[in-house]
Amino acid sequence: MIYGVVLAGGVGRRMGNAEKPKQFMTIGGKPIIVHTVERFAVCSELEKVIVLTPEKWIDHTRNILAKHIPDMSRVVVIEGGDTRNETLMNSIRYIESEGNLDDDTIIITHDAVRPFVTYRIISENIKGAQEYGACDTVFPATDTIVRSDDGVVVSEIPDRSKLYQGQTPQSFKAKKLREIYEGLSEDEKAILTDAAKILVLKGEKVHLVMGESFNIKITYPYDIKVAETILKGDE
Amino acid sequence: MLNAVYRLVEPRRFEVEFNDVELDDEHIIVRPTHLSICNADQRYYQGTRPAEVLAKKLPMALIHEGIGRVVYDSCGEFKPGQMVVMIPNTPFEHDDIVAENYLRSSRFRASGFDGFMQDNVAMRRDRVIALPEGAKPEVAAFIEFTSVSYHAVTRFMRFAHSRRRTIGIWGDGNLAFTVAIILRLRIPDAKLYIFGKHVDKLDNFSFAEETFHINQVPDELVVDHAFECVGSSGAPRAINQIIDHIAPEGTISILGVTEELAPLNTRMILEKGLHVFDSSRSGREDFEATVRMYEEHPEVIRYLDCLIDNVIDVREMSDFVTAFDSDMHKAGGKTIMLWNK
Repeated sequence: MIYGVVLAGGVGRRMGNAEKPKQFMTIGGKPIIVHTVERFAVCSELEKVIVLTPEKWIDHTRNILAKHIPDMSRVVVIEGGDTRNETLMNSIRYIESEGNLDDDTIIITHDAVRPFVTYRIISENIKGAQEYGACDTVFPATDTIVRSDDGVVVSEIPDRSKLYQGQTPQSFKAKKLREIYEGLSEDEKAILTDAAKILVLKGEKVHLVMGESFNIKITYPYDIKVAETILKGDE
Repeated sequence: MLNAVYRLVEPRRFEVEFNDVELDDEHIIVRPTHLSICNADQRYYQGTRPAEVLAKKLPMALIHEGIGRVVYDSCGEFKPGQMVVMIPNTPFEHDDIVAENYLRSSRFRASGFDGFMQDNVAMRRDRVIALPEGAKPEVAAFIEFTSVSYHAVTRFMRFAHSRRRTIGIWGDGNLAFTVAIILRLRIPDAKLYIFGKHVDKLDNFSFAEETFHINQVPDELVVDHAFECVGSSGAPRAINQIIDHIAPEGTISILGVTEELAPLNTRMILEKGLHVFDSSRSGREDFEATVRMYEEHPEVIRYLDCLIDNVIDVREMSDFVTAFDSDMHKAGGKTIMLWNK
C-alpha cells in the first residue's frame, strides 16, 4: 500500500513574526497546507494521506482541510514528533496500527509548504520507491555551491553539473526506513536529520526524481510573494 | 487544488502558470495521458492567426483533442483510473434547434479558454465520456477530430437529397481521410471520389472508388454531393472546382478552415440550386456516436491508426516544442503527445 505523508511540523520561526506556523499562511486566498493536501487527496494511488502536525494545531488543521476537501475519508491528521524523522516514524506507526505495514508499504513524504508539487512528481516518486526502495526529488543546482569548513575561506567548489538541490517528496519503503533508523545511535539520530541521507550513509540506493523549478518551499515572507506570482493563472 | 497549466504565451513560447481548481461535485479531475495536436493548435503555436486574435487569446493552454485518466470524482460516478475522452466544447445553455457546438455562448478548449496541456484538467461532469476498455489510446486521443467528421456526415445525411450515388471529397489530408472513412461506413453504396494534389497521400484512400489529381479532373465528371476538406488558401479553389463538377441540387459541405475570405462562383451556385452548408466542431452526441463507432467497427480504428505519424514522449517543457515542431514538418498524419509532464 502507498501512503501520502504530509509533514506540517514546522513552527514557522523563519517567517518573521508570523503567529501561526507557515503552512497556515494563505496564497491565493487559501492556506498553503490545504493546497498541498488537496494535491495528494486526488491521488487515487494513495490509500490515505497522513498529515502530521504539532498537537495543538491538529484540530485547526483538520478544520481548514475539511472546509476545502469534500471527501475527507482518506485524509487523517495526527500528531508529529519532535524531529522530522520522529514525525516520519509516527506516520509509520499509524500505518502499522491500521495493519497495513509490510515490506512493500511505501510512504511518499512531502513538505506541507511545497504546494506546487505536480502529479508527475508524485507519480514518479511512487514508481521510484517501488523500483529502488527509496527516492528523492531533486532539481539541478543553478547557483555555484561553495563549501567552507571554517566559514572564513573556501575549502572546495564542487562541480555544479553533479549537484542538485533537494526538494520533496522523498519516498521510502516504510518498514526498511524504520529498521535502519532504529539501528542508529542517539547521536547519529541527532545529526542525521534527512531520511534520504540516512539511507545513503547506510549504503542503500536512493533514486533521483526530477523536480521542478517551481516546486518551491515557502520558507521566507519573500516566498509568499513568489508563490502568489506563480499562482496567477486563473482563467 | 493548485494545478499547473502550460500556456502558450507567445508563438513558440510556453510558460507554466498555476490555477486553483475547486474539488467540487460539478467537476471531475482528469490527468491527461494522450494529447493530439490539431492544425488549430499549430496556428497559435506558429503565430499564423491574426495579431489581434493572438493578443486576445494568449496566454492559453493549447490542445483540444485528448484523453485521460480520472484521478478524482467526489461523486464516485467515475472510478479513479477510468480512461475518459474529454469534450472540448462547453455549452452554457440548451437550445432545441441550435446544436451545442454552434451556440455562440459555448466556450471551446484551446480557443476560448485553456486546453488540455495541464497537470490535471477539471472537466465539467457532462464533458467526459468513459472510453471502452481496450480502446487503443493513440487513436482514442483524436476522437474529437473524428467526431467533427462524424458530425459533418450526420448533417449531410440530414440535409442532402437521397440520390447519393457519388460523393466527392476534396482534400487528401487527415480530415478528408476521416470523412471518407465515415462515409464509407455510413453510406456503403455511395461511390467515393477523392480529389487531391499529393499522389502519395491519395494512394492511402485504398477504400475509395477513385482518386483524382485536382489538375487532371475529367471535364465530364459529376458528383451528386461534395465535401470540402482543404481549408487555408486552397479552400476557394477547391470549392469552385466542386461547383463546376457537382450535379444540380447537390450539397456542398464545407469543413476546411481558412483565415481569408473566399471568392466563390455564386452565379453557378444559384443556377444549379446548390445547398451549401458548413460544419464545425462537435458536441457530446457526436462523441458518443464516435465512441460507439469505434466499438462496433474495429476496421475504422485500423484505418485511423494509419494516420498516426509520430508519438512523442513529453516530459519537459522543451518536449512541447519538439512535438509541435515535429508536427509542423510532418508530411501528413497526426502527432500524439504521451503526456508525462
